[in-house]
Parts: sequence; structure tokens; C-alpha cells
Amino acid sequence: MKTFGKIVLTAAAAVVAVTFGLTATAVAEFPEKAINYVIAFKPGGESDITGRFQQPFFKKKFGQDLVMSYKDGGGGAVAWAQLNTISGDGYTIMGTNLPHIVIQPAQKAVGYTTGDITNVYMFHYTPDAIVVKDDSPFKTVKDLIDYAKKNPGKVTFSGSGKGTANHLAQVTFDRLAGIKTAYVAFAGTAPSTTAVLGGQVVASWGYTTVPPSYPGTRMLAVAMEKRHPKFRDVPTFKELGFDLVSGAYRGIAVPKSTPEAIRKKLAKMIDEINHDPAFIKQMEDNGFAMLNAPYGPELDKFMAKIKKDIITSAKEAGIIK
Amino acid sequence: MHGIDYVLEAISFYHISIALAGVAAGTVIGALPGLTATMAIAVLVPLTFSMKPASALILMGAIYTGAIYGGAYSAILLKTPGTPSAIATTFDGYPMAKRGDGDLAVTLACTSSVLGGLIGAGFLLGLAPPLAKIALAFGPVEYFWLAIFGLSLISALSEGHMVKGLIGGCFGMLLTTIGVAEVSADIRYTFGSQTLIGGIEPVSALIGLYCIPVLIDLVATPARHLKVSSESRGFRLREALALSWRHKFNLIRSSVIGTIVGILPGAGGSIAGLVAYSEARRSSRRTDYFGTGEPEGVMASESANNATVGGGFIPTLVLGIPGTPPDAVILGALLVQGIRTGPNLFVGDESSIVYVFIAGLFVATLLMLPTGLLIGRYAYRFIINVPKAVLVPTVAFMTIIGTYAIRNNMSDVVIMILLGAIGWILDRYGFKPSPIVLGLILSRIAEQGFVQGWTIGKARGNVVAEFFARPISLGIIAFICVSMFYPIIARRWKLKEEPQNARET
Repeated sequence: MKTFGKIVLTAAAAVVAVTFGLTATAVAEFPEKAINYVIAFKPGGESDITGRFQQPFFKKKFGQDLVMSYKDGGGGAVAWAQLNTISGDGYTIMGTNLPHIVIQPAQKAVGYTTGDITNVYMFHYTPDAIVVKDDSPFKTVKDLIDYAKKNPGKVTFSGSGKGTANHLAQVTFDRLAGIKTAYVAFAGTAPSTTAVLGGQVVASWGYTTVPPSYPGTRMLAVAMEKRHPKFRDVPTFKELGFDLVSGAYRGIAVPKSTPEAIRKKLAKMIDEINHDPAFIKQMEDNGFAMLNAPYGPELDKFMAKIKKDIITSAKEAGIIK
Repeated sequence: MHGIDYVLEAISFYHISIALAGVAAGTVIGALPGLTATMAIAVLVPLTFSMKPASALILMGAIYTGAIYGGAYSAILLKTPGTPSAIATTFDGYPMAKRGDGDLAVTLACTSSVLGGLIGAGFLLGLAPPLAKIALAFGPVEYFWLAIFGLSLISALSEGHMVKGLIGGCFGMLLTTIGVAEVSADIRYTFGSQTLIGGIEPVSALIGLYCIPVLIDLVATPARHLKVSSESRGFRLREALALSWRHKFNLIRSSVIGTIVGILPGAGGSIAGLVAYSEARRSSRRTDYFGTGEPEGVMASESANNATVGGGFIPTLVLGIPGTPPDAVILGALLVQGIRTGPNLFVGDESSIVYVFIAGLFVATLLMLPTGLLIGRYAYRFIINVPKAVLVPTVAFMTIIGTYAIRNNMSDVVIMILLGAIGWILDRYGFKPSPIVLGLILSRIAEQGFVQGWTIGKARGNVVAEFFARPISLGIIAFICVSMFYPIIARRWKLKEEPQNARET
């Protein structure tokens, strides 16, 4: 019986060793096949385009394809509500957006809570900005505020959607500047910018990504801590005395069942892309602002702060109760 | 590089090959209900990273134009518009197929699509920078009226059953309101259900409302799906060309309408086809035959929707504003390549990209004639020859795959099947699918335009002036009035004239 016990023990040890060994190599060799990158919106939107920027860098650095697929619906809610039903092997990742994943569950039952979303990295944001036509009579934010004070309620701002970064910025700025303006929601940045270019609205609450993509537009101010490297001559709202730093943040999430080691590995991979000088240049040339919040304490700290900020301004805006 | 150099580069062996492959792949994808040009291009974007920008554009443009044409097959042979662009093609295309003229309808769709595509590309080549201004002249109110114009077609589509048509239209409009509202972000009519938050996806609704009743009828009746003529008649290309020559004004007018609607970023191919169809029907001497298999209807819809391809590229390349959903994906691919869109693209150092691409788009459109005729012939033969026991499960399987592929969502499939069953029952009581679909697709555009126009009008202090005092709006309103009251006036005139009975095929 002694030998039998030995055999059992050895076998058990071998099984344990193999299992652990495999897990370790599995993580080390991850990814061994293409990764499915689910976008919670339609193809061709800004979330899709930023994924496209990452795609070639991912292939070059890690030898595997990043395959985009689209699960559009309910302003992203449909995809996020299904995130945790996907198998957590690391081969399916999903794009997440702020303030969406904070505001949606706070407004109504949308099938997920902010806590259900396991973010592994927040990699950039598109800062809010006031956008006007090149030939607009408004040269500075002060011009616009003066005009708005003389004509209360008459200044129209287009913006992408309601309860979005653009909308929150409009409400917050109205309060900070002591003005009253009208917000006209459009179904995305493209139609919202078209309305400015066509003179349907006075100005737009858009993003720093607008001027590089839409010729004929310029910005009056950007909602960043420091000036955007691509637009050195555009002031921040902070410089002008308005405490407004906001925008739409993007990151990557995985299903809850994804092992800790894979989460960290994914975060490390995205971090590597995010620090590639060629990638940074491409992003900044297109008006994006970089952000590095990898999985772990850094991301937790970032999320806690941003969640508080979003909830506060959404409550002030009357978007959530 | 100058004129002839662009053409020479566009007809290089490499470019001809990718244009041919793109058109063929696009046609097949477009023919399968649910698989759209947008998806096909999105899947192929990573492939274009390693290509030169002009080649990438030619490939994507070829797929796009092929897919818009391919949508005509399912519209004609299965009464199911593969994409919203082909809705108006079903009105006369399917009745033609039903009576045995499916081969002619498919060939006509091909020749009309090629002509529409060429005219759209011609405008892109010659007048892109000035025409791009049209995209900016249309504000929310104009889109609202344009959608109402499209909805006014319900009166024409439901002759004899006006009230039922209107009820159907309202049902479609109510369906649109389900889910998260696009501009106000309100969650409406979901009754707490998570499944309904995503709303009713228009293409899956199209598939359900049109295709499922056809499938049920196929199973429920012993008759063949389409009438088959005994003798083989080839492509019937000569007949199609003769018809095209006779209705050349219809084709040109529809192509111009398609180009202009394509330029409008908020409108899309469905409106292009519907407006062109409506105008063709109104100005035809055979108005009463529209909807019963009138070749003119197919020609109007198909030339208009392919003209939107060239038209849609105009704001995309000049303003950076995507004219249509596939253009948005193409724009993204260009951004990754580092191409800056704008008026300078047409005059600056990079202008060779645009001109090689436009030349390539002409080549791809011309290649659509042989490929389209061949693929169309196989599609037609397959549909008429295959036994029902094979046809029904094959098509049913395709509808499920296609519906799932749109948003990778299983609940869309469930909704599609349910809507199909509802549509079949409604059809038995005289409620046709077309008014429901028009309500479903157009009220989305109308609602956005109305809410935005109202907000802007209120801020300016005059809502009435916002809706009724803008010149373009007034023009569209005039067209709405003509389209609504013309049948009544025309009937008065006709009573004086001799009734026309000749039926042309």
C-alpha cells in the first residue's frame, strides 16, 4: 500500500505541477490567438476609430490580431449589460466609455451597474471644448459669454447626445459663467459638428478631436488641466478662471470571470502601446489626450475620483436625482 | 500626375483585380439580408492598413458599390430588402419576379445601378467641393420635412386602403420609440425589459416584416415561389437596355436625386430610393401600374441608391463628414492612414489619391455590369429552380445569421421572428409591410429633426418660423403637397382622357 500511496501522491503532485505550470505558461504566452475587441457602438464612431489606431500597434508588438466587432444598442448599455456573460479567457475584451458607464446605471435600470464593469485600463480621453466655425464672430470665450449675457437663452450649442460629456460640460459651464444657453442634442459628434458648420447653431460643445477631423472649425477653449500639445494657442478653461476639466474617457474592460493574471497581462500590453512614441504622436495629432490608468491601485484611484466628479455634475445638471 | 495618369494607375492590373474582387464580394454580401456594406468594410479595414491609400479606397469603394447593388437580389427575388436602400426596389421588383420577369428585373437592377453609380461618381469627380455645401445647408428642420416627404409615400403605397396604410405607418412609428431615444437618451416603452433597451434594429425589422411572411406563405401554399417561364431567355439584356433608353429621363432624374440625397449625411439610401421612386411614379404616364411590377419603379430605386455611393463620398472627402454609414468606416480607415480630408485633398499634394480613387470607382462601377449580370443570373436560377424544401430552410437560416450579424445580438433575432409573425397576421387583414417599415425607418429621422428644430426655434424665439420660413423647407413642403394631392388632381384629369389599358413589360 505504501507504493500505491506514493504513486497517488506523485500523480497528484504532477497534476498540480502541470496545472500551475500550464497556467503560468498560458499567461506568459497569452495571447496565442486573435483577440476579439467588442465596441459597444456602431462601426465608424469615435470608439471604433481609436480601436483602429491601436490595431496595427497591437499586431506589431504581440503578433496577434485585434479583431473588432460591434454590439451597438441603447447607447452602449446593451453590450455592457452582456459583458459578464462572455467567457473570461482574455480573448474577448470590450471598450468602455465614461461618463456612460457611470451615468446610465445611475439614471435607470439598464441591466448593469458601474461595479459590474471590470476595467483593466483607461487609455485616453477626448477633452470637452467649445467649437465654432472659422469665420464665427466669437474669437474668445469672453466674446461668447458677453453675447450670451445680452441674449439669455438665445445661444444654441449643439452636442453629442444627452447625459454625455458634452451635455455635462454645457450645464457646468453655464453655471460657472452665470449664463443660460440652449443645448441641442445630436446623434453623435459628426452631426453635431455639421450643425455648427452649417450655421444651424451658434457653437458646439464638442471635443478636441473636432478641429483635426473637420476642416473649417476652431476651438475657443479646452477643458484640460494643461493646454493640448497639438493646440498650443487654445487656452484651457482653467486659465480663464473656470474650473472645468472634463471629457469622454475610454478604456478596456473584461468579463468578471477573467483571471487576475490575464487582467494584469492585458493592462501591461495596452500600457506598452500607450507608451509607444509613434502611437502617442498619432493620437495627439488627431486631437486625443493620453491617459495612463492601468489595472490596480492607479485605476481604482482614477475611477473613484472620476465617478465622484461625474455624479456631482450630473446631479447639478439635473440629469440624475 | 495629370488626367490620363490617374486613369492609367486606376486600370493597373492590381487595381483592376482588387476592384473586381471588391465588387464581387460586395454583391454577394449585399444580397444576403442583414449583411451590410458597413459590416463588410469594417471587417476589411485591417487589410487596408498595408495598402496605399488610393488602393485602400478603391477596394472599399468597390465593396460598397457592389453591396448596394447586391441588395436588389433579395429585394426582387425574396421581397426582402437586404439593406434599407433597397426598400423601394421591392415595390415593383418582387411583383415582376412573381409573374416570371425576375430575370429582367435583376438585369434592369444591374444596368440601372451601373448608370446611377457612374452618375454619382461623375458628380464626385466634377463638382465635389461646391456640392458639399448642400450637406451644410440641410439643418434639423429640413431633415424633418424630408422624412415627412418619405412618409407621404404611404398614401401612394396603400392605394385603396389609405386608412390601413396610415395605421401601419403609425404602428411602425410606435415601434421606433422603443428603447433608448437617440437624442434625448430617455428610455421608452421597454416595460422594464432589458431585451428592449436596444430598441428595434431597423434592418432586422425589415427582414422580419418582409421575409418571414414570404417564408410562411411558401410553406403554407403548394404554389411555386416564382412563376417560371419555359424557355431560357438569357440575361434579357437587350430588353433591359431598350427599357432604359425609353426611360432615360427617369434614370437620370433618379440618379441626380440619389446623388443629392447621398450628400445629405442625415438621410441615407432608403430615402434616396423612396424619393426617386415617388418622383418616377408621379411623373410616369403609368402611375397606376406602380406597385404591380412596373420596371420603371425598379429602375428609379436602383439607380438612385447606387448614386448615393458617389454622392456620399462628397461630404466625406470634402468636409470630413461621413455621408452614409459605410463612409464613416472608410473615414476611420483614412484617419489611420494619416490622410486629412478637406477641400485641400482635391487640390493639394495628396490630390492624386482622390483622383486615382475616383477613376477606380468608375472602373469598379463598370465592372459591376459583367459581375452583376453573372451573379444575378445564378441567384435567379437558384431561387427559381431549387425545391421549396431546400429554399425555405436556406433562406430562414440566412435571415437568422444576417439578423444576428448586425449587432451581434440574439435578442434581435427573437424580435425579428416575432415581428415576422405579426407582419404575416397583419398582412392577412390588409395591413401591408411597406407602410410599417416606412414609419419605422423615417420616424427616427423625423423625431430627431423635430426635437432639434423645436429646441433651436425656441431659443431663437420663433418655432413657427423655424419650421415654415426656411427656403429649403418650403421647397420640400411644396413637394409633399404635390405628392399628396397629385393623385386626386391626376384622377380628375384622367376622367377626361381615355383610360389607358396597355400594359408594358
